[in-house]
Amino acid sequence: MKRGNGFFIAGLALTGLLAALILLGFFWTPYDPNAMAAGPKFDGPSLAHWMGTDNFGRDIFSRVLKGAGTTASIALATLAIGAVCGCLAGALTGYFGGPVDELLMRLNDALTAFPSILLALVVISILEPGKKRNVILALGLVFIPSFARVSRTAFASLREVNYIKSARLMGASSPRILAVHMLPNTAPVLLPALTIGFNNAVLAEASMSFLGIGVTPPDASLGYMLSEAQGMLFAAPWYAAGTGLVIVWMVFGVGLIGEGLRRRDREVL
Amino acid sequence: MKYVCRRVLAGLATMLLVSFLTFAAFSLISGDTATAMLGTAATPERLAALRAELGLDRPLPVRYGEWLLGFFSGDLGVSTSYKQPVWELLAPKIRLTLWLSLVSFALITVVSIPLGLWSAGRRRFEGGRTALNQLGMAVPPFFTGILLSWVFGVGLKWFVPGQFPDARQDFAGAAVYLLFAAVALSIPRIAMTVRMLRSTVQEELGKDYVRTAISRGNDRGQVLRRHVLKNALPPVVTFLAQTMAEIVAGSIVVEQVFVIPGLGRMLVTSIGGRDYPVVQAIVVILALWVVLAGTAADLINQRLDPRLRLGGAA
Repeated sequence: MKRGNGFFIAGLALTGLLAALILLGFFWTPYDPNAMAAGPKFDGPSLAHWMGTDNFGRDIFSRVLKGAGTTASIALATLAIGAVCGCLAGALTGYFGGPVDELLMRLNDALTAFPSILLALVVISILEPGKKRNVILALGLVFIPSFARVSRTAFASLREVNYIKSARLMGASSPRILAVHMLPNTAPVLLPALTIGFNNAVLAEASMSFLGIGVTPPDASLGYMLSEAQGMLFAAPWYAAGTGLVIVWMVFGVGLIGEGLRRRDREVL
Repeated sequence: MKYVCRRVLAGLATMLLVSFLTFAAFSLISGDTATAMLGTAATPERLAALRAELGLDRPLPVRYGEWLLGFFSGDLGVSTSYKQPVWELLAPKIRLTLWLSLVSFALITVVSIPLGLWSAGRRRFEGGRTALNQLGMAVPPFFTGILLSWVFGVGLKWFVPGQFPDARQDFAGAAVYLLFAAVALSIPRIAMTVRMLRSTVQEELGKDYVRTAISRGNDRGQVLRRHVLKNALPPVVTFLAQTMAEIVAGSIVVEQVFVIPGLGRMLVTSIGGRDYPVVQAIVVILALWVVLAGTAADLINQRLDPRLRLGGAA
């Protein structure tokens, strides 16, 4: 980083720590996340069980580690579909323009006005709810329009810039111009958009799983665990607290990174 | 006036488009409805008979036209899992969801506009406030909902989590219950609106007319309220209309958390039960609500900003 940027560093620290924990969770958890009676039932947070245990005596910390892994990997996969397809569509329409551009952008306007969760629910009810693959597909599809819009604006604004014109005059091909000359210069717009997209994906996946239409057991996600935790609010409030705080942690950390990125670019300009 | 007509017509066209797309999407899978209803008892003859009974054997535009006519005459078909007319099933739920979203909307507007103005005029602790703002956006409504039920429901016993009081018997109880649901729904939205208003106002504050107004001896607060707010408002109104869309989406989740028998909960149950006539009706109703908010916002902006009335861009 060129200038010390508190938001960026704080966000990176928060996200890095969580990412390390999640990676650890893929290989090792303190207890088997699905093992019944890993400890006493409804045991409050202690040194042996950092986040306590649930109604089956399962270790909540181990479950949260696994759940965060599921949520984060779905969000990343969603982001990959949404960002790659969206940016490709946005880059092509933004660079070439024309009637296809007009048409796609009108369609885009209509789609982005639609609440994304509602759209994802429609898509998933058509695909068949409850499968991890379908959740990724539904959310990925839903996230395409917003990325297309952002990247279209970014690419269109570069179309008439002098260095692009000169590259064109030197005989560079369109794919080369798009990938080598334009893409790096859209980073100030696209990178913050990626952080926002990741957060939206995490929240959307968690909401859908919370509703019971997203990921279902055995691979529990944070959203599903929260809905489980709600049923035990009297007996084990720490379950809801631990799970929810991890979602907040994830979204907050990445949000701070995005804020830092936006500020850095404002200072450069 | 011409503008108003054009905007209303455009709104109607969007509604038609949205309803047709929804209808077509669900028709694509309606073959499955017959198969799903019959299950293992399905034979080609019985499938064909059921499709004829459900009217699935006719061309799509004809079915859409009939469905649209039915929509306005209150005949939305019959729910496949409840065996009840969809309209009868949904009518009491619509009112509840409408109230929930209106209360949330009022809450967001009333809290975020003063907060955004206040925040825009201040430079101290800017970093801390931005971090707080990010935190507000990071808390999902279903988590806030669970926290609120725990503190105010389980702890303070202001309401019983999971038991929505009947508004006719206990109006105050129902209002309190809805208010808590609305708070859970509003927090991330308030954070976003404040952020949006703050950056719009700050951009406006850097303009020449503000400097002129202040150098002529006007009070800073007054300039903010009388001049800046007027110019900063149109984008915020548009943003609030988009917020309506997000509120509708959020209500689906929040109704689940608070066990409010509204449209959102019905939607989730119906998706699980593959009750397509109900899902389709709810999606169209929610979409119409969103389009209506967007149209209203454009009309309000047109009153607020004379430049729009002359056909220019703001």
